[in-house]
Amino acid sequence: MLLRHTPTEIADRSALTINPAKTCQPIGAMYAALGVHGCLPHSHGSQGCCAYHRSTLTRHYKEPISAGTSSFTEGASVFGGQANLLQAINNIFTVYEPEVIAVHTTCLSETIGDDLPQITDKARKQGSIPDGKDVIYANTPSYVGSHVTGFANMVKGMAQVAAPTGVKNGKVNVIPGWVEPADMEEIKRLAALAGVEIILFPDTSGVLNGPMSGHYHMYPEGGVTMDELRSTGDSIGTLALGEWCSADAARYLDSTHKVPCRVLDMPFGLQATDRFVDALRTLAGRSVPDEITNERGQLVDMISDMHQYFYQKKVALVGDPDQLIAMTEFLVSLDMWPVHVVTGTPGKKFEERIRELTADLPYEVNVKAGSESDMFLLHQWIKNGSVDLIMGNTYCKYIARDEDIPYVRWGFPILDRVGHQYFPTVGYKGGLRLLEKILNVLLDRTDRDAPEQSFELVL
Amino acid sequence: MKEAIGLSEATILDERKRQVHRTGQGELDLACNTDSLAGAVSQRACVFCGSRVVLYPIADALHLVHGPIGCAVYTWDIRGALSSGPELHRLSFSTDLKEKDVIFGGEKKLEAALNELIDRHQPKAAFVYSTCIVGLIGDDLEAVCRRVGEAKGIPVLPVQSEGFKGNKREGYKAACNAMWKLVGTAPIDDIPPLSVNILGDFNLAGEIWMVREYFQRMGVNVVANVTGDGRVHDIRRSHGAKLNLVQCSGATMDLAKMMKDEYGIPFIRVSYLGIEDMADSLYQVADFFQDQDPTIVERTAELVRSELSQLMPKLAELRKDLEGKRVAIYVGGAFKAFSLLKAFRHLGMQVVLVGSQTGTKEDYEELERITDPGTIIVDDANPLELSAFIKEKGVDLFVGGVKERPIAYKLGLGFCDHNHERKIALAGFEGMYNFAKEVHLSATSPVWRFVPRREQTPLEVTHG
Repeated sequence: MLLRHTPTEIADRSALTINPAKTCQPIGAMYAALGVHGCLPHSHGSQGCCAYHRSTLTRHYKEPISAGTSSFTEGASVFGGQANLLQAINNIFTVYEPEVIAVHTTCLSETIGDDLPQITDKARKQGSIPDGKDVIYANTPSYVGSHVTGFANMVKGMAQVAAPTGVKNGKVNVIPGWVEPADMEEIKRLAALAGVEIILFPDTSGVLNGPMSGHYHMYPEGGVTMDELRSTGDSIGTLALGEWCSADAARYLDSTHKVPCRVLDMPFGLQATDRFVDALRTLAGRSVPDEITNERGQLVDMISDMHQYFYQKKVALVGDPDQLIAMTEFLVSLDMWPVHVVTGTPGKKFEERIRELTADLPYEVNVKAGSESDMFLLHQWIKNGSVDLIMGNTYCKYIARDEDIPYVRWGFPILDRVGHQYFPTVGYKGGLRLLEKILNVLLDRTDRDAPEQSFELVL
Repeated sequence: MKEAIGLSEATILDERKRQVHRTGQGELDLACNTDSLAGAVSQRACVFCGSRVVLYPIADALHLVHGPIGCAVYTWDIRGALSSGPELHRLSFSTDLKEKDVIFGGEKKLEAALNELIDRHQPKAAFVYSTCIVGLIGDDLEAVCRRVGEAKGIPVLPVQSEGFKGNKREGYKAACNAMWKLVGTAPIDDIPPLSVNILGDFNLAGEIWMVREYFQRMGVNVVANVTGDGRVHDIRRSHGAKLNLVQCSGATMDLAKMMKDEYGIPFIRVSYLGIEDMADSLYQVADFFQDQDPTIVERTAELVRSELSQLMPKLAELRKDLEGKRVAIYVGGAFKAFSLLKAFRHLGMQVVLVGSQTGTKEDYEELERITDPGTIIVDDANPLELSAFIKEKGVDLFVGGVKERPIAYKLGLGFCDHNHERKIALAGFEGMYNFAKEVHLSATSPVWRFVPRREQTPLEVTHG
């Protein structure tokens, strides 16, 4: 019992996080930056930050992750990191030849007070940034928010590249939020089916789920291009999927360049996908194509075929706000009961949304976001009120094992299984996959625990 | 799309040229243990990382990371440092510093967190890791630790591991400094004369258990594991051992030196990886103790004989498929590379590239001496360089760590994790077989036949 130390009794904590349900901003910025074509993310801080983020992303995607670091030393932390960043920009464009460098800060460089716009400007004046190449940036102090905040900040950094020409491009910006490369691919497929031309940013499809060719490509085929990013200011609208991950960038484009935005939930599950498809349909000004209608029908079909297995199943959820909101809605629509919901990412609105979505259920949901909302708390909640299913990232495996509870891996990071790179969980098709995963673990459990006489062939 | 083919000397940063050498070609003048260049896609980590990996296997201690959340998350149970008892070290504890703590200081939070954790878990000691931000805002870690330690009656040890102070080596030093405060604080009367400490083994996949078993068969007692499956009390009385065995050159050498200076305990450098190094390590220990126990050498020889008689036929079987295959090695500490070189010779494989993150000048001189002419020796390499060298040398198998694995696979090579993510024990004689088996399973996998770059018959022909 690895978690034998977890006491059932819940006491107030104010100074301590145990087994976190979040991580720090820079890794989110690094993941987002990988969704820009030809981009080398750059960590402006100590070497360790960069190594840790690369290792975690590598373990999650089983892909090489390259990123530069300003390699701070004692000197830089006293006198500021400007010299390091100037040298880094120069070296990176000389040796690694990216199209763009995406610089994010760390707790160290933030506290020192390094001014990214000013340093970047200086690099350009010094001629360190070749013509036609770019540097984008985001402030990502590790002691504010979470990895989700860092992701959102870098996505906003992408939106800030927008340079409207005054001529509309007829496209829609879609900001997918922190979803997997397979999800981004699926969003593009749905938009294409709906007949909407989109600029998806960031877009890690083709970057972090690429084929094996026998060659190492530092910059794989995928990613949104800098030209596309510049063109986002000429788009006819923006769909931001997820308040936490995507809304800031969309609102920036709205307020700065008058590109009207709508903030939707991430399209996980039936209803959230319905709203996304409806938004696409409205923008395209045409009816939903049969192909999408069919996919929706298949999802509803599977739910109806198997609905007896979902009935009042209690679920513990842990992960990031946008994903959890959509998943909570989906589970409720399946007749399942999300009873414990935890995110380490702060946000009062999150708790409100989860309460709204579960308002009609005959129990009071346990929900907590931000400080001291961690796996330790989730485990305590589960000890006080057991569940039939846990959904969350790999770190849930400790709880699932100790408490012997069926468990679906979903979220970030997943360090011990594959599939998330290649099979989407967004959209109707993604809904089918989620159902498959949920049903598999629930029914495997039924089979495992059934006495021989009631161990049945047909379920 | 940019490809790394044909990366020439010209595209290696000028400053980096001194970190690449070819055996037999000119004077070895490798610049090492330098800071990575700003902007380099370095495979290196930071001071905090170094401290954390050395100390974290001490399983009955509390490990609290004082800093923003990330530092605790990224070091949460990532290495399979197994414990035979307590597993407190596998949980993640963080003071999770926020903006207001950065402005007003985090000492109060640290003290409250320590009090709560010590009350709940009753650890034998607590290590408090400093991170970049703590170094910057100037929290007085020493004072908080002293206060809490006195109040709770256990050693509460600050680890001065601010990330920006250097690379992992500095972190090893900080870890040794923290452990040093434990050494010499418990009685040693019952320690028998034939006794050693095992330094620099972290019990990945249970390796230290295998090594301890050899020593047991030789009649040698192990006082403290530093730090795999480590215990605070053992370290407190580790000064009672007669000999320190230091593996992993960087990590625990500082502690061994301090113990030599203060207590006169001699140390020897050992390696448990590969046949010669394992046997040699055991013989060195036997030689050391032979005055006190004249039969120990014979017992050791018998142990080695019996292990080898089981191992060698099994190795020969695997060698048939591996003969002539080419290997690239890129590891953290260079000392490990020495053992790997010898191990690969037993498998009939040729090492054509060897590199390390933290090698010293002496390490690279030794590598130059024991590698074949033309072998590329590199310090602190980046993925582009590694990729280019691998293609140039026609490598079949790459030995590296987490960040290198997918690069090897993308290039269509076998891979063996000889770093902290290994799941199979590679130490000792049994470990040599495991190692050979792992090399065999990856280097001979049918999947490499389907790699476009390496396919013998192009796709059109096979389909034609």
